[in-house]
Amino acid sequence: MTPALRLVSLKKHFAAGRAGFFHRDPRLVHAVDGISLEVAHGEILALVGESGCGKSTLALTLLGLEKPTSGEIHFEGTDVTHLRGAALKDMHRRIQMVFQDPYESLNPMMTVEEAVAEPLEVHSLLKNSAARRTRVIQALEDAGLKPADSFLDRLPHQLSGGQRQRVVIAAALVLEPTILLADEPVSMLDVSIRAEILNLLAEIRARRSITILFITHDFGTIAHFADRIAVMYLGRIVEIGATEEVLRDPQHPYTQALLSAVPVPNPRLRQKRLILQGETPNPIDLPSGCRFHPRCPVAEDRCRLTDPPAVPLSATHSAACLLVED
Amino acid sequence: MTSPLLDVRDLSVDFHLPGRPPGHAVSRVGFTLQPGEAMGLVGESGCGKTTLSLALLRLLPPQGRIVSGSVKFNGRELLALSEPEMANVRWKDISMIFQGAMNALNPVASIGAQISEAVRRHYSFMTPVEARTRTAELLDMVGIGAARAGQYPHQYSGGMRQRAMIAMALACSPQIVIADEPTTALDVMIQAQILDLLDRLRRELGLAVIFVTHDLGVVAELCDKVLVMYAGVTAEYAGVDEIYNQPRHPYTQELLKAFPDLSRPRAALNSIPGYPPRIDALPPGCRFAPRCPAVFDRCHIDQPALHALTPEHLAACHLVESES
Repeated sequence: MTPALRLVSLKKHFAAGRAGFFHRDPRLVHAVDGISLEVAHGEILALVGESGCGKSTLALTLLGLEKPTSGEIHFEGTDVTHLRGAALKDMHRRIQMVFQDPYESLNPMMTVEEAVAEPLEVHSLLKNSAARRTRVIQALEDAGLKPADSFLDRLPHQLSGGQRQRVVIAAALVLEPTILLADEPVSMLDVSIRAEILNLLAEIRARRSITILFITHDFGTIAHFADRIAVMYLGRIVEIGATEEVLRDPQHPYTQALLSAVPVPNPRLRQKRLILQGETPNPIDLPSGCRFHPRCPVAEDRCRLTDPPAVPLSATHSAACLLVED
Repeated sequence: MTSPLLDVRDLSVDFHLPGRPPGHAVSRVGFTLQPGEAMGLVGESGCGKTTLSLALLRLLPPQGRIVSGSVKFNGRELLALSEPEMANVRWKDISMIFQGAMNALNPVASIGAQISEAVRRHYSFMTPVEARTRTAELLDMVGIGAARAGQYPHQYSGGMRQRAMIAMALACSPQIVIADEPTTALDVMIQAQILDLLDRLRRELGLAVIFVTHDLGVVAELCDKVLVMYAGVTAEYAGVDEIYNQPRHPYTQELLKAFPDLSRPRAALNSIPGYPPRIDALPPGCRFAPRCPAVFDRCHIDQPALHALTPEHLAACHLVESES
C-alpha cells in the first residue's frame, strides 16, 4: 500500500546571517539534514528529540510553511515537493497541525464555532451555513466535546485547558485531513488530563484512520501511544523502530541516554542516570564524522571520521551508529 | 528526633477578590523538614502548591492573607516577625527559585552583575570586590564557571539561565531552598542535569529542598517524602516509598495512574475526569469527592480529617479512617 507520507533525503538549511562582500557563502544552519522516512496510513509515529534537533522545522516543512532545500516529499504517492498555487493549498488542507499551547493558539475573541469553522472559510469550503455547522458539530464531537451545541457559543476563557486543546483538535479535524501533525500537544496540560487528550488522539486515529506525527521531547507521553518512535539528533534520525523495540532495546547511545534521563516514578528504581553533559551543539558547525560523537559516552576514534549510515537491526528497527554494526 | 528545621502547622491562606466570596487557597496544611531533607510538594495546577510556598516566605500577593497557623524555622515563629526581621530570613535562611524566573532575568545586565547585586542586597558589608568573588564561587558551584560572569542572559541557554537562578538562590547560603517547578519547560536531558545539580548541592551543602512540581517522576527520583495537595488541603503526606508503593488516598492513586511510567510501558494511562473545584466554591464534604472513583455518601457531607496510618503516613480520606 502507498504510504501516507514518504520523505526522501529531505533537507532544510537556513542561512545564518547575510552573505556579504567578504562572506560570499553564508554559513548554514542544518536544521533538517537528510531525513528519509515512510509513514503508513493510520500510523502514529513519534518524533523525539531535544530542542534544536530539527523536529519543528521538519513539521513546518511538511506543512509547506518552509520550502525544502533539497529532497522530496511524497504525499499519498504523489511528489508534492514543488507544488504551487491551488494544488499546494489543497495539499495543505490534508495536513493539519495541532499546536502546543491551547492558551495561545485560540483567538480570545472568537467563539468555539467561529474558531472551528475558520479553516473552512480559509479554504472556501461548505459555503452553505447549515452544512458548515453540521461539519463543525461533527468535528467537535469527534474531539470529544459533547453535546457539541453547548460549546458552539463559548469563548476560550470559558473553557478549561483540556477543552481548549479539544477545540484546537476539532479545528484541525474540520478539514478532514489525512495527516495530523501534533507538536507537543499535551506538554502544557496537567498530568491528570494528558491521558485524556492522548486517548482522544488514539481514538481519532482509529475512527478516521488518520496518520499522526507526534512531536515531543518526552518519551513518557508516547510510550503508550505511538506505533513507532524516531529519535532525532541535529537534523537526522539516529534511531527508528517499533515503540517496544526502541524502549526495550535502544541501540543508539543517544537514545539510551535520553531514556535514562527520564525520571521513573518509582523510588525503588532509582538508578545512576546517564546524563550527557553540555547541550546539543548548534547546527551550524556540525561535528565531523558522527555528529553525536562529542557528547557520546562510548565514542571511539573512528566516530570522529565516519558519518555512520543507518544500520538495520530488524525489519522495523535501525540505528545510525558505527558501534551497532559490530 | 531533633526538633525540625522547619515546622509548619495548620497553615491556612485565604484570597480576597472584590465581589467574590473568600477563596480558601490553603487550608490547615502542615509538614516538617529536617536539615538536608528533600520534600516533594505535588498536585495539579491550582491546588495551592505555589501559594503555600509563598506563604512560607510571607511573599503572598496583596489579595492573599495567612489566616491561621504557624511556621517555625529553627524554633522561631516566622509569622510573628516584623517585616524587616522577615526580610532577614528570606534568602539567608530560606530562599526560593521562582517558577519561570529564568525568563525574568534583566536582559541588559550581565549574569555576574545580577548575582553580585543579589549578594550585596543581603550582605551590605561586602565590598564590590568581595561580592564579585562570592559570585564567582557561586557560578562555579552551579557548573556555569566564573569565566561566564560577564555574559548576558541572551548568551545563556535555558538550562544555563536556570543554573544562574539556582546560584542566586544560594547567594546567602540558605538552609532551605524552595524550588517551584525548577525544570518545567526544559528538555529531558537539561532537566536531568539541573536535577542532578540540585541533588548534589543538597548533599554537599546539607540543604533542605522543597520541590514544588507536578512531575511525579522528579519527586520519585529526588525526594525523601511527599506532600500531596488537592484543592488547598493535604490529601496525603508520607515517605516517598509509601506514596509510590502504598498510596492510600484515592487522589494519590489516580495521580500515579495518570503519570506515564517507562518501566511499565504496557500499563494504560489514566485520566482523572472532571476538574479541581474553584477555591471560592468548594464542595461541602471531601474536596475530592466529585471526582473520586471510591466516593460514598459520607464523602459528600463530612470533610475527612487527616488520619495517621502510621506516625509518618497521613491521609485525609474516610476510607482510610474506616479501614484502620
